[in-house]
Amino acid sequence: MASFDPFSALIGGALIGLASVLLMLLTGRIAGISGILGGTLAMGGDERLWRLAFIAGLIAAPIASGLVGWPLPEPQLPENWLVIVVAGLLVGFGSRLGGGCTSGHGVCGIARLSARSIAATAIFMATAIIVVAIVRHGIGA
Amino acid sequence: MPALASFVCGLIFGFGLVVSGMTQPQKVLAFLDVLGRWDPTLAFVMAGALAVSAAGYALARRRGRPLLAAQHLWPTRRDIDRSLVVGSILFGIGWGLVGLCPGPALTNLAGLSPKVFVFVLAMMAGMIAKDLWERRAPSLTAVEDAAMANSDG
Repeated sequence: MASFDPFSALIGGALIGLASVLLMLLTGRIAGISGILGGTLAMGGDERLWRLAFIAGLIAAPIASGLVGWPLPEPQLPENWLVIVVAGLLVGFGSRLGGGCTSGHGVCGIARLSARSIAATAIFMATAIIVVAIVRHGIGA
Repeated sequence: MPALASFVCGLIFGFGLVVSGMTQPQKVLAFLDVLGRWDPTLAFVMAGALAVSAAGYALARRRGRPLLAAQHLWPTRRDIDRSLVVGSILFGIGWGLVGLCPGPALTNLAGLSPKVFVFVLAMMAGMIAKDLWERRAPSLTAVEDAAMANSDG
């Protein structure tokens, strides 16, 4: 794992913020990834084109970043496939039920000072911290 | 034009995820692991993202309308309801188990890792399951059905 690099973190974060602002200034939309992906999957959903285009951009990004010296690192995922499947189901179901994820609530919502998004972010972050504590340190297990 | 603009926004967003290190589940989990060797990266990423988005959104609010659309679709809901709480808890469990949330999961598809594909497929199944469940139990979420267009993200 690469060591902590505050500069890359801030610059990368600023790019995420810039993308969110541009999407609002250009298309009037919130850059919430769970909403964008969920909107393309919803039955009878309209306005799929801009959502699919955004997702295509997300997936193409590592190709562009690799060309200018930021290759995509290999993600480390659990050995157990069942954990991956269960986590994926929970992330998909939960983010849609809760109205957003780390981007829609955590960035766009907090930037708007939305009470819903601040609450959602506090809840999912606290929950994830507890899950990691249990998995890694056996707290409460 | 709006689709091209969206593509470019997705590209910048994903670029930011790679640069910030947030495509790496191990870095996300290291932030969430407050009892272990804590990695503050995610906090710095959020600080950078919020500084730009808060300022930019303020600018967007002052402008009349977006360049390529009729209006800004700002979320309008203000209530903290049961769906928001339960959904965020379920999302938090999944996020804490593997360290992937929707954006980084999609961007990691470019790495062609089978595990990422399985995660994304499961995530999409979870999203579809939420829609199906909502149709079967309309009484629970009738208010939300009406407000689906106003999803926060």
